[in-house]
Amino acid sequence: MSKLSKDTAALLSEGTVKMIIGYEQGTERPRPAFCHTPEDCERLIFNDQCSNNLAVYLTKKEIIGEDKVGVVGNYYVVKTVIQLNLENQINLQNLVLMTVDGDDIITFGSIDEMQQYVDTHEPVPNEKVLAAIEKIDKMSRSERWEYWKSELSKCVRCYACRAACPLCYCNRCVTEVNCPQWIEPWASPLSNMEWQINRIMHMSGRCVGCGECAAACPLELPIGILTKKMGMDIKNTFGGWKDGSVLSTYNVNDKENFIK
Amino acid sequence: MEEKNDNIFEPRIIAFVCNWCTYAGADLTGTSRIKYSTNVEIVRFPCTGRIDFMLLLKAFAGGADGIIISGCHPNDCHYTSGNFHARRRWMVFRDMLDFMGIDIERIRWSWVSAAEGAKWADVVNDTVSKIREMGPYTEYKKAAKFLEEEKIIHE
Amino acid sequence: MMERLIIKSDSINTWLSKIIETVPRVLAPVKIGSKAEFKEIKDAGSVAYDVITTTSSIKSAAFPNTETLFTYEKQGLETKLYDVAEDNFLDTVIWRARPCDAVGFGPLTKIFNWDYKDKLYNERFSRLVVVSFACDKADECCFCTSVGGGPGNTAGSDIMLTKINDEDTLVEVLTDKGRKLIDLCKDCFTDADDSIDKESVLAKVPVKFTREQIHEKLAKAFESPIWKAQSERCLGCGACAFVCPTCACFDIQEDAHGNHGRRVRCWDSCGFTLFTQHTSGHNPRPTQATRWRQRVMHKFSYMPDRLDIYGCTGCGRCSRACPVDMNIAEHLKNIANNE
Repeated sequence: MSKLSKDTAALLSEGTVKMIIGYEQGTERPRPAFCHTPEDCERLIFNDQCSNNLAVYLTKKEIIGEDKVGVVGNYYVVKTVIQLNLENQINLQNLVLMTVDGDDIITFGSIDEMQQYVDTHEPVPNEKVLAAIEKIDKMSRSERWEYWKSELSKCVRCYACRAACPLCYCNRCVTEVNCPQWIEPWASPLSNMEWQINRIMHMSGRCVGCGECAAACPLELPIGILTKKMGMDIKNTFGGWKDGSVLSTYNVNDKENFIK
Repeated sequence: MEEKNDNIFEPRIIAFVCNWCTYAGADLTGTSRIKYSTNVEIVRFPCTGRIDFMLLLKAFAGGADGIIISGCHPNDCHYTSGNFHARRRWMVFRDMLDFMGIDIERIRWSWVSAAEGAKWADVVNDTVSKIREMGPYTEYKKAAKFLEEEKIIHE
Repeated sequence: MMERLIIKSDSINTWLSKIIETVPRVLAPVKIGSKAEFKEIKDAGSVAYDVITTTSSIKSAAFPNTETLFTYEKQGLETKLYDVAEDNFLDTVIWRARPCDAVGFGPLTKIFNWDYKDKLYNERFSRLVVVSFACDKADECCFCTSVGGGPGNTAGSDIMLTKINDEDTLVEVLTDKGRKLIDLCKDCFTDADDSIDKESVLAKVPVKFTREQIHEKLAKAFESPIWKAQSERCLGCGACAFVCPTCACFDIQEDAHGNHGRRVRCWDSCGFTLFTQHTSGHNPRPTQATRWRQRVMHKFSYMPDRLDIYGCTGCGRCSRACPVDMNIAEHLKNIANNE
């Protein structure tokens, strides 16, 4: 049994946690795994193919209930837990967060430790996405409009992007509100664009950049470009803003050049 | 009343303004008898902080050719910080809109206080003549009319 | 009465070009990046023949993602309703469908004609001609043989093509609609010899379970803990329902503009939390486990019991599209082996 399986099995048999959420081997790639008994932990693996953002389960009451849960997640899971905690969506007392770094299993004792890890282990950015952003930036405005209209007209509004995102935890999403109807619920080129714009705006400053939205899209639409671009813009404009979520706070010295 | 020449395109501008500063400023423009373009339809909000970014998209989809957003100057917000929140929101939203190819030149942001009646007239006139030059926002309106491509039987 | 003909491989494009000239709309798989989707084609060369299957199914040809049901206009105290014009429904040929696509129209047609005869679906479906190509390759997500189908199954197709070797392709003409397409290019075809063996060139798809096994197990499985165990990782995203060739759940919405507007039908998924939410606030399927149970039981228990047809064609699209690898064949196998 690997060290990961042994350590997680111990947590379960000692009764420290009621369940471990980690990764197991799936049909072609790793997938989320839920271990309820020490034997279940034998299935756990960890490698750089483990991309699902397990923090999405931490806001699902029907999965974790009021029990203490252990999570063996990747870099983005740790980053997401920090954000979820900032938004008061998780109870840190009920969470044992771990990650695997080479041969070591790191158990985070506090938010500060998580922040430290996140600040020092940032993964290499996805070259393809960066190249795509550059290409789009160079287009003229109407070329950009045509590009996004043609890409997003393929969208069928399955909301896999929303379901895969751990920060999309609203009980009733804005698209599911009829009064007022902010976004048309049926798929059409414009309403699909409105949906993405809305999603990005609601994600601004909160998105951790895991890319699971793009990975979940069954039609492989380039929505990861949007979240990445938004993340870059926020970083460039607001720097390392740490005083709360970017859009729910403000700075009297924010500078812009378009309000006259 | 301005004379309307049927051959010239008259833009439709929606203005989202805050009640305490810009709306009052627009009132002042009126009481000062300053003439300005009539193409603008004003929507009054208690504060710019209340303006949801989706409303701008709704305005374009509903047929607006241009949008004005205006509120109290920073540090003068009637609710202290509403316009600071709004400012942050617009900084992010504007970049996102531009990246998606929506014409941000058609959106005019300004701070107009309750004493700036003349400024309001200038903002409106400027915006109207700019949009008149740019023409109607057809590409957005076309995208909004997706379902209308289906032909319906009419008796 | 099935006819067996042969077409030479280099005549296929000639025939397809004739079809494109004559038929208002031809849909075929087209490569998009590393995947493929059914798109309207104007040129016989744009078809992607080397993909196992497309990401989305072909059900949108008869049951589109978004469609207008009718429009209305208030005139004084009256309201006038207007139907969708006939010229909206185009005669369509679906080229290079897979057997699992063609067979999917069976359950769809039953659902849309079960009690209310859905005029829009029937209009669109009656104008479809399905030309399927038998499969010589399959992947781990395919399981057509476990649900009463197979890589050469002709159910639901009007014509089926099977590549016998580099030169010859077997053409099975199954319906009158298919016959009409053949007649567009009569010289392209010759009669097929009885010796042509279709089975030998088909893909080998191992049988993982049988429908009868599943149906039997499901009859006693409503309260089983297996539903929670299988659905723990499910995100409730809706991708599976949207790519499935037989899923027919829809939502009806209004595009209202004051005194005129239209009623719109669009796809929905039983996997969404709000799908069965009542106005009272009660939700009879409040957990992902109950919704997963519904998905499986609907396709393998309720549909065969009430409509006499199974709701799964074994195409495997749901498994390929699922972000958390809810491999339905794997889940079904576990159900079959569960006591």
